Amino acid sequence: MKAKSSVLILGLAIPILLGVFFGSGVYTFVAANGTSYLSDNPAVCVNCHVMQENYDGWLHGSHHAVATCNDCHLPHNNIVNKYFVKASNGWHHSQAFTMGGYPDPIRIKPGNAKVLEDNCVRCHAGLTGEITAHGTLGVPTDPARRADLYGCVRCHPGVGHGR
Amino acid sequence: MTETKPPLFNRPAFRLGLIAAAAAAGTILVLLLNASISKHKAEASKTSVRVVEMDETSVDPAIWGKNFPRQYDGYLRTIERSGTKYGGGGSETLAISKLTEDPHLPVIFDGYAFALDYRQRRGHAFMLDDQRATKRVTERPQPGACLHCHASTTVPYREAGLKAGAPGTLAEPLDSANAQAQLQAGFQAIGKLPYAEATKLVKHPVACIDCHDPKTMALRVTKPGFINGIDALARSSEPVPHLPSIETWRKGDRSRNYDANRDASRQELRSMVCGQCHVEYYCGPKTTLFFPWNKGLKVEQIEATYSEYKFPDGHRFFDWKHKRTGAEVLKAQHPEFEMWSQGVHARSGVACADCHMPYVREGALKISDHQVRSPLLNISRACQTCHRFPEGELKARVEAIQDKTHTLMLRAEDAVVALINDLEKAKNDGIPETALGDIFELQRKAQWRTDFVNAENSMGFHAPQEVARILGEAIDFARQGQLALRDLRDKTKTAKK
Repeated sequence: MKAKSSVLILGLAIPILLGVFFGSGVYTFVAANGTSYLSDNPAVCVNCHVMQENYDGWLHGSHHAVATCNDCHLPHNNIVNKYFVKASNGWHHSQAFTMGGYPDPIRIKPGNAKVLEDNCVRCHAGLTGEITAHGTLGVPTDPARRADLYGCVRCHPGVGHGR
Repeated sequence: MTETKPPLFNRPAFRLGLIAAAAAAGTILVLLLNASISKHKAEASKTSVRVVEMDETSVDPAIWGKNFPRQYDGYLRTIERSGTKYGGGGSETLAISKLTEDPHLPVIFDGYAFALDYRQRRGHAFMLDDQRATKRVTERPQPGACLHCHASTTVPYREAGLKAGAPGTLAEPLDSANAQAQLQAGFQAIGKLPYAEATKLVKHPVACIDCHDPKTMALRVTKPGFINGIDALARSSEPVPHLPSIETWRKGDRSRNYDANRDASRQELRSMVCGQCHVEYYCGPKTTLFFPWNKGLKVEQIEATYSEYKFPDGHRFFDWKHKRTGAEVLKAQHPEFEMWSQGVHARSGVACADCHMPYVREGALKISDHQVRSPLLNISRACQTCHRFPEGELKARVEAIQDKTHTLMLRAEDAVVALINDLEKAKNDGIPETALGDIFELQRKAQWRTDFVNAENSMGFHAPQEVARILGEAIDFARQGQLALRDLRDKTKTAKK
């Protein structure tokens, strides 16, 4: 008898609690402009004010008329890879921004630096073909150096958004 | 008939309870995330809150701190003790004496107040206390001019200027003609007072108002010595590629003075506000404080400016007569702005603030770190923004430059002391001062160059090649002096025979 009544109460409570959970989840998602992250609009990247300087820099940068954040920072070889990198970066960014404690100045990780480098070549292959024909564009050979800037941006750091 | 109860996990009530608890916990997490998002959004929407009104009379940094707590916190932290291999350090009460660290110095500065008391630097917070306490001030008469760089002078100068009969009121904006006249008149008046009297007119070490406009927070220069000095530099023909606004002004009709507050870019001002004090200057008492920039910023250009300068009594410029030799010599004081101007960082458009006050992120804001200090104490923010190498590597590079400079500097000091000893001996042997004129000049040149590097607060880092060049010349001049002295002795010997 006692078990019956508790099952009944829980049977009522669960839908309510689940409703609150999903409701607040959807509310938070909308409040945080969740869907905007699926787009390629650069303004989305300054939802987090951390990226404001980079965005401002890009507005004044030489590439701002021809390339947006995602043109350089996401892979373009296939759509699956593009969204996989987007999602993994999104996860790391939201974790860092919510929990804090990320290093300053923010530095690009080697994997993302590779994506960036591939995108330089994607548009400028005509120009860089002569160079890349003889090997890579100066990828660091000393892992201890852990340089995050190699290839094109090592000498052309200002083309995107400066530092 | 008793039912055996099924195990806990199989009871429907328990399972349902688990689902309910999970949903509740999930909701809590979602709401936490929501709160965090709201907080970040709020951070971004307001960058400063104006709690108090400020104007040209707001001297006390604590008032500014109410509106700009983050910057004020950093400013207060300049009280923290910090030392690097070649700078700062010392006890809580007093910095290390440079005179005991380096036995050359009492010989080189003999007869001058610097031989009494000369210590390592401390943070900005101490600048006024340390000046009031040094034996150079307590045991020697000094003019009020010294306050130009050790106190917040913007308002005290204007008040003294008004007293001295300058037009207008204190309420007028600093860039008005009246305010500028007040500033210059007060600068003259306070500079002439004895230090003990003048220091009663100031309350704070360098403060917000000395570098910032109280209404707009824009950077600005307020120290008359710099205002006059930078105009003199602009009127010289020395190229200053690191200060492009001066080059632009030179191309104009020059109908108005070069005015940094009107002509300079923000990036230039991020160095010029420091250049209001971190410079070579003459402080008095024989004439009004001035920056010797009429011919340019290099060590020999400043020297030439001094050599042409005549005191009101008609005598050529000198700081003091050396006690042991009788030569009229010069004393350099912290020429950082001049040395930085010769270096590759200045040439690349890097300002003082980029390394000494690097950006720091606080919530949604990016502010200049107002805890002004050595970049070596803050390598990641100060250096790694541009130089992407590990911290240890960067520190090693800087110290390699400083070690080399230090070795060379000690060698130059050796040479200067050797010349001083030889001159002293020659005088004791009865060679008259009249015969030693040329050699005194060599002592003046050698000593000036060595001191220019020693007094400069970077142990060579601001411009390594320039520093090496200067020290090379110093050694050469000192040894030339010794050779000339030897020849002179030979001559007098043969004359006696």
